[in-house]
Order: sequence, then C-alpha cells, then structure tokens
Amino acid sequence: MAKTKTNTEDYLRMYKQMVRIRSFEDNANQLYLSAKMPGLTHMYSGEEAVAVGICEALTDDDRITSTHRGHGHCVAKGANFREMFCELLGKEEGYCRGKGGSMHIADQSHGNLGANAIVGGSMGIATGSALRAKLQGADDVTVCFFGDGATAQGLLYEVMNMAALWNLPVIYACENNGYSEYTKTEEIAAGSITARAEAFGIEAHQVDGQDVMAVNELTQKLVARARKGEGPFFMELMTYRYHGHHVGDINREYYRSKEEELDWKENRDPIIKFRGWLVEQGIASEGEIEVMNAEIKKDAEEAVEYALAAKYPAESEVDMHVFAD
Amino acid sequence: MRNITLSQAVNEAFAEEMRRDETVFIIGEDVAEAGTPFKILSGLVEEFGTERVIDTPIAEPGFMGLAVGAAMTGSRPVVDLMFGDFIFLIMDQLCNQAAKTHYMSGGKMNAPLVVRTNMGATRRSAAQHSQSLHALVAHIPGLKVAMPSSAYEAKGLLKSAIRDNNPVVIFEDKLMYNDKAEVPEEEYLIPFGEANVKRSGRDITLIGTSSMVQVCEAAAEILAKEGIEAEVIDPRTIVPLDEETLIASAKKTSRVIVVDEGHQSFGVTSEIASRINEKAFYHLDAPAMRMGAMDVPVPFSPALEDITVPTPEGVAEQARKLMSGEMIHAA
Repeated sequence: MAKTKTNTEDYLRMYKQMVRIRSFEDNANQLYLSAKMPGLTHMYSGEEAVAVGICEALTDDDRITSTHRGHGHCVAKGANFREMFCELLGKEEGYCRGKGGSMHIADQSHGNLGANAIVGGSMGIATGSALRAKLQGADDVTVCFFGDGATAQGLLYEVMNMAALWNLPVIYACENNGYSEYTKTEEIAAGSITARAEAFGIEAHQVDGQDVMAVNELTQKLVARARKGEGPFFMELMTYRYHGHHVGDINREYYRSKEEELDWKENRDPIIKFRGWLVEQGIASEGEIEVMNAEIKKDAEEAVEYALAAKYPAESEVDMHVFAD
Repeated sequence: MRNITLSQAVNEAFAEEMRRDETVFIIGEDVAEAGTPFKILSGLVEEFGTERVIDTPIAEPGFMGLAVGAAMTGSRPVVDLMFGDFIFLIMDQLCNQAAKTHYMSGGKMNAPLVVRTNMGATRRSAAQHSQSLHALVAHIPGLKVAMPSSAYEAKGLLKSAIRDNNPVVIFEDKLMYNDKAEVPEEEYLIPFGEANVKRSGRDITLIGTSSMVQVCEAAAEILAKEGIEAEVIDPRTIVPLDEETLIASAKKTSRVIVVDEGHQSFGVTSEIASRINEKAFYHLDAPAMRMGAMDVPVPFSPALEDITVPTPEGVAEQARKLMSGEMIHAA
C-alpha cells in the first residue's frame, strides 16, 4: 500500500471512519429490514475507502456534494451518528429536521452540501461552489461525488467544460462500483470514463478505490494543487457496492452473481485490507482493533436507540422552511 | 421625474446592487461584452469586470447548476436566461435543487439566486422563443415569481429579488424593453407580495400581469367611454401573491377578469380566478373569469400569432358581457 499519512493517529482515524461507515450501514439496513425506517435507502458498504480516503484529505472548509448513496460521505466528512439516524428516521433532531431523509442528508457544519436524489444532480452545485471560492478568493476545494451511472448525464459535460475553462478548484470523484442501478456499467458507458474528463483537458486519474491509502495519497496531492488554482481534476475510483442498488434490491442474480459479490467481500474488502496493513506495520494490534470495532458498534447501536426514541417534528413544521426569511 | 426604458431600469438595478454587494454576479450567455442580445447589460462588464459579469458556454443546465452551488455557499448569482423558453432546460436545477434547498435541509441552507428571463409573444419569434412560462415556476413551492409591468417595477422588483434569500425568477416582457416609464433617480425597492392598484373603479376589477397590465388599462379606457368604471390591479409578484388586495377589490366591484399571457389552462388566470371565486363568492355578481393566451403553441405567422394573446378590445368585450349579466347565464 502507498504510504502518505505520517502518523499513527491519522491511520487509526481512517480505519475508524471506515468502520463507522460500515457500522452505520449495517444498522441502517437492519432498520429497513425490520420496517422501522420509513422509505428506503442505498448502502455504501464496500466503498468506504473512497469516502474516507478523500474526506481525510479535506478540511471542514472544503465542501463536498454527495449522492443518493451518501451515508458514507456524510460520516467521512465528520457527521455524528445520532443526527444521522434521526434524519433517516424522520425525527426532529435529524440533520435536516427530518425533512430530507436518507437521500437528502446534509451537514453544512462540516461542508457537506448534501446528498442528492437526482443522479448527477449535484455536479452543478459542486462546480458552483468552486466558482464561488474562486470569485471570493477563498482557498477551499469542492469534491463532487457521483457514481459511474451519473457519467451518462449531460450536466457533467457542461460543468466540466466550464470548470476547465475557468480553472475551478473542484475535484470530480467518480465512484465506479460497476453498476448503474441494476445494469452493468459496461452496458451504459461507452469508451473510457477518464477519457471523458481528458477531452476537456482535465487531468484524470484511475485509482483502486479499495485502497484507502492510495485514495488518500492521490487526493492530498490533487487538493493541494487545486488550492493553488491548478484544478479541476477527475478521479475514477474503482470500487464495489456490497448491497443492491437499494436495500430492497435483494434478488439481484439477474444482473450480478453471488460469486462476484463474495470475491469482492473476501478478497478486496477495504476494511480487512487496511486492518491487515495496520497490524503488519505494528500500528495497532488485533486486540486494539477489536476494541475500536466494539466501541464503534456500541456507539452506532446507542445512536439507533436514541433515534428510535426521539420525537418526530411537530405538525406545525410542515410548512416551515419553504422560504428563507 | 425622468423617463427611462425598462432595459435601462434593469441595467441600473444591477449597477446599484453590484456596487452595494460584491457577492452579486451575473452569469449567462453573452452577458459581458455583448450585453445580451437585447443589450440590456451593456456597460456592466466595463465597471464590474468579467469575473462578475460571466459569459458562459451555451449550457443552460450547467450554468444554472453553478448558480445554485454558488448561492448555497455564499454568493448571490443572477442567472441571465436569454429566452424564457429555455426554462425547460434548467428545470431540474431550478425546481429539484434550488427550490428545495432550504426545505430539505430543515432550514439550514438556502439558495439566494435570481433567474432573470423573459416572456411574451407577438415578436414573430414562433413557438420556441415566445412562451410565457411563469405558471410552471409558480407551481413549485420554494420559488418566488416576479412579473414587472413597467420600467419602474422592473428596477424595484429586481433589486428586491437580488436581496431576497430565496430563489426568485423574474419574467420581463421582451416587447417592453424599450418602453419608457417614470423611474426615480433615488434608490427604491418594491417589496414582494404587494399589488399595485393602477386605476380605481367601482364596476369591475381587471387583474393583469406584466404587459397585460397595459392591456387592462387600455381596456379600462375603452370601458370608461361607455360609462363602465374598471379597477385595474397589477399583482407585481405572483408568488407571493397579494391575495388580500385582489379579494378586497373583487368584493368591492363584484366582477373580475384575470388577464395573463400564459396559456389559459392550468395557469395563473385559473389560480387567481379560483381564489377569488372561493373567497369572495358571496360578493360576486358573476364568476371571476380567465383570459390567458390560447392553448396552442405560439404560431409564427402574424396573422395567427396576434389572435393568441388577450387584447384591450377582447378584455373590454368580456367586461361588457360580465356587466350585462350574460356570463352568469353562460356559466
């Protein structure tokens, strides 16, 4: 693995953040399966190294835009379990007072401009945030997360063109998990994904999205350069989603095999990989890792209990926040 | 007081607001050196530079999306949408993104931006450059809609729109850009949601939006010669709508015609007429009537185009029918 982070604390935080995402998703999935969560949700499990590798290279002033598969981005950017579970359950204490839900969760205090339930819908927002930074002389960088499926949306090409023309500090992070909803990516994307960005003169990289260190190393370099006005950049992160398109997508053998899923889970899991490296390097012992895992599991379960007991917004809130004062 | 064109009034509003607030910028196609095809923005790039009067590629969804992101993070963009018909191209960014930012975030974020665009037929521009699509925008909660009826309103409403903390869409009638009106030298704002009673009358209320205010005023002149005193009201913004003023006038005159250049079906005229019928029912001598544009794509041929929009003569004729009681039986 590539080494960039130079101290133990950083490595351990990256590990914990990945486990926190997995733990959050395991609980969210259970909430859905036990019919305690309204609506549906899209699991980030399997893609943890992407969100964590990228967000660990950002500050709270840096912005991200997220997707319908957005819990991982939200956790990685610094959000708390309690407010997140409250939001998933439509409770008043949720990040969006229960008005956004899983697909619109946002945490502007950490620079998360929000998940977006329109595939590709946030590409303009991310690029606009970068335009604002440039116009106001701020040195923050915006990362636009989107999936391989969203590369089929025309908006991407309109905003990459403008970002390249104006050297905007935006990084397009394409999480290629191999599937565009229920369809293999190769069936919806002609040619190369990175070549799409290169056509605009945007420097594009493909990186192993299961290797948190590789993702982090690349992102650190690109963020530093974007801050100096050398942006935009494009990253294609090769990754895999363990669950279906959404939590209800259980019987999916018609579009991908169980063998393939098992192969990724057993041989390319980002958490298992990084854990092995931490132990091998003597950064943490198996015992210490088990303690961390147990603490995170407990935190998540407590947050779920809290959110289940939390109150719903008052009915009087229904027409609040339509317009800002 | 001096008279200036609607175009000059818009230009002045920008200059004043951009001097006042450095987070305000204009973004759109050919807005800088070209100053738009209508030359409305001429001179602004010389004062504010290309960083604040930003020429974009021809990519409406793209630059609309940029405006939403910039607005969410601390800028106050004004999107110049060259023709109102192009609003269909920006609908996702406007209606799914900007309109819902504040609500979906539980009030924690907002998107203070303005989309300045136009409306209005009879410019011989045919079906894709002549539509009046404000009703589509007004339908979506979270968006405000302003419809200036003269240079005076254009300036005061645009200044208010730029200062508003919500997404606002302003529809200017493209046939009115060279129309002059009295506009004060000193600064003023026109608050949203305050209708303007343009002419007082006791017999019938004519509610008009944008250029239809002038149509209503001309109809009122015709009617005055026949002894019918029409009251003319300009709502100025349709979201928010000054329902109070409209209902009060309906109760006073007991007859109402709502005139608007959008298609009549499912449109602004339907909405306003319904509210009056619901809230002033026992005061009405006839149902509030709608007069919108015909439900056809705008035709190119002048012989056809001119008959698709309400005219002073048409409004006066409808008013006579209401006065004579004919509409009661027709209804």
